[in-house]
Amino acid sequence: MSILKPDFIKPVGIGAVIFAALAFLPSLVDSYYMSLAISIVSFAVLATAWSMFSGPTRYISLATVVFFGIGAYTVAVLGEVLPFPLVLVCAGLAGTVIALLVGFSTLRLAGVYFVIFTFGLTELVRQVVSWYEVNVTREMGRYVFLDITQNDIYWQLLALFAVLLLTGFILGRSRLGFALRIIGEDETVAKHCGIDVTRVKVALFVLSALFMTLTGAIMAPRWTYIDPVIAFNPMLSFQVVIMALLGGPRRLLGPLLGVVPLTLLFEILTANFPNHFSILLGCVFLVIVYLLPSGVVGLYEKYSAPKKRVLATEQNAKPGGNAA
Amino acid sequence: MFSYAIFSGITLGGMYALVAMGLTLQYGVSRIMNLAYGELVIVASFIAFVFMTSLGVNPIAGLLIIIPASFALNWVIYRILLTPLVARAKNRGMLEVDSILATFGLLFIVQGVLLVWFGGNYYSYDFLNNAVDIFGATIAANRLVALGFAVVIGLGFYLILTRTRMGTALRAVAVDPTSARLVAIDVNFASCFAFTLGGAMAAVGGVLVSMFLTFSTSMGVVFTMKALIVVIMGGVGNMLGALIAGLILGVAESLVATYIDPGLTIAVTYVIFLLVLLIKPSGLFGRAAS
Repeated sequence: MSILKPDFIKPVGIGAVIFAALAFLPSLVDSYYMSLAISIVSFAVLATAWSMFSGPTRYISLATVVFFGIGAYTVAVLGEVLPFPLVLVCAGLAGTVIALLVGFSTLRLAGVYFVIFTFGLTELVRQVVSWYEVNVTREMGRYVFLDITQNDIYWQLLALFAVLLLTGFILGRSRLGFALRIIGEDETVAKHCGIDVTRVKVALFVLSALFMTLTGAIMAPRWTYIDPVIAFNPMLSFQVVIMALLGGPRRLLGPLLGVVPLTLLFEILTANFPNHFSILLGCVFLVIVYLLPSGVVGLYEKYSAPKKRVLATEQNAKPGGNAA
Repeated sequence: MFSYAIFSGITLGGMYALVAMGLTLQYGVSRIMNLAYGELVIVASFIAFVFMTSLGVNPIAGLLIIIPASFALNWVIYRILLTPLVARAKNRGMLEVDSILATFGLLFIVQGVLLVWFGGNYYSYDFLNNAVDIFGATIAANRLVALGFAVVIGLGFYLILTRTRMGTALRAVAVDPTSARLVAIDVNFASCFAFTLGGAMAAVGGVLVSMFLTFSTSMGVVFTMKALIVVIMGGVGNMLGALIAGLILGVAESLVATYIDPGLTIAVTYVIFLLVLLIKPSGLFGRAAS
């Protein structure tokens, strides 16, 4: 891979300028907009990290909050013992270990096993952490008192997002990213090309989980009180999936298009309909699944791409197999 | 204590098996991976609760209303929500992904509605709560009744699938939807019927479970999870496998809850799931791995 070609330098340069400009946001707006900005950036990291793995492979991970919560919990446990950068390292390690376990036990099988496993994982981790806190440490709920301001959180998240985008950008041009796209198109073909399918999937899953864990760790000082129910709230996984799908998980910047409008929408919904949030969210999600199956990006591509010539045989071919 | 643990494990396992039979039908025949399945179980539990506490109708009589109602509801869900997905799916994998997403959304809607009506508390009601003595273990009568009904309904269901024309058609679709068409089976109708029948099983399971367990609005996910694990462990589409896997899960959970800690039951579920995934992902009685 050649780093110094213009088609690499240009987008990275533009990105660097935009991020540098965004770093000055705290001096321009008040604390309400800062907290909104933090929500947007944190969801942007989560949704982009989710898409990095689930976009190309189409393996839907429903366990975003597991890694987010592990990050947050690590900070709650170690925050006052170790300096913050070391805590982040520990959180990253914890997330990596869990992701490796989940990855190696499910990703060598068909995608549906992975979905099922991640579906219940939140419940498992929450109950095991609760059990441990009640029976071993005997304290349910922990306080996080760290000397970290809202602006610090914002800058850290922004830096994390920049690193994530750079990683995703390099990945898209690397052999690993190419292998992942082939797996997404057809796993059997990928195997025949000599790709170690399981290892590629696990590597990407771990990478994506690492970013989710770090987001949780960075966000933890925002709450002063953390217990398993707050840290492992399945709603978060759901929100991330919606955002990524609305934007379009198959492009690097796609999820961002879903994150911004939906974070604003969630803000309005939680403020006005706190009791009906889950119902409304479910409805929004169904609308996206039915009307925008490949996201805003897909819609754009559909109407802007030149019409392809379709072979007669393809037009007439009946979809076989599924039949139902 | 041991015989009590085993017996309560068998009742619990019987419920899991019953609920999982419905799910294996939905997944095996209709190819719908229904993540909202457990929510439908819980909805039935709450309806049974309302019947019992507000209307004074006992849950067994309630089944006469709940079964047809759930049949109708699931028919509507399939026709309105899932038919468009079936129509646009190019292959089985796409239908799986789409149905996972759609039912995931449905899960949050159903959970939200329950939460608005019933809140986050745990519910239970008194029905046939007198003790019965069996093999030296004291068991509440409601557990016995629930188990009896599970056996009768599960057996009837098994006979329908293996002995009737309709059941044979359903099994044929499960094996190969394309070839099923060649022998004049209406695959679309069979899929819809299998989904509906599966949903009705979920409702029966929910009513029976509510007779002896406390339940809350957030328990649906756990039910879905356990049913899915039982389905995979028994082999997708395999009724007998679901029965045995359900019993194994129920007994294992009950033993751990009795002798180690009730807070670790979900961990047991996951350990069993992991073992299945690592040793035989096609299930106890499954054919070669897919």
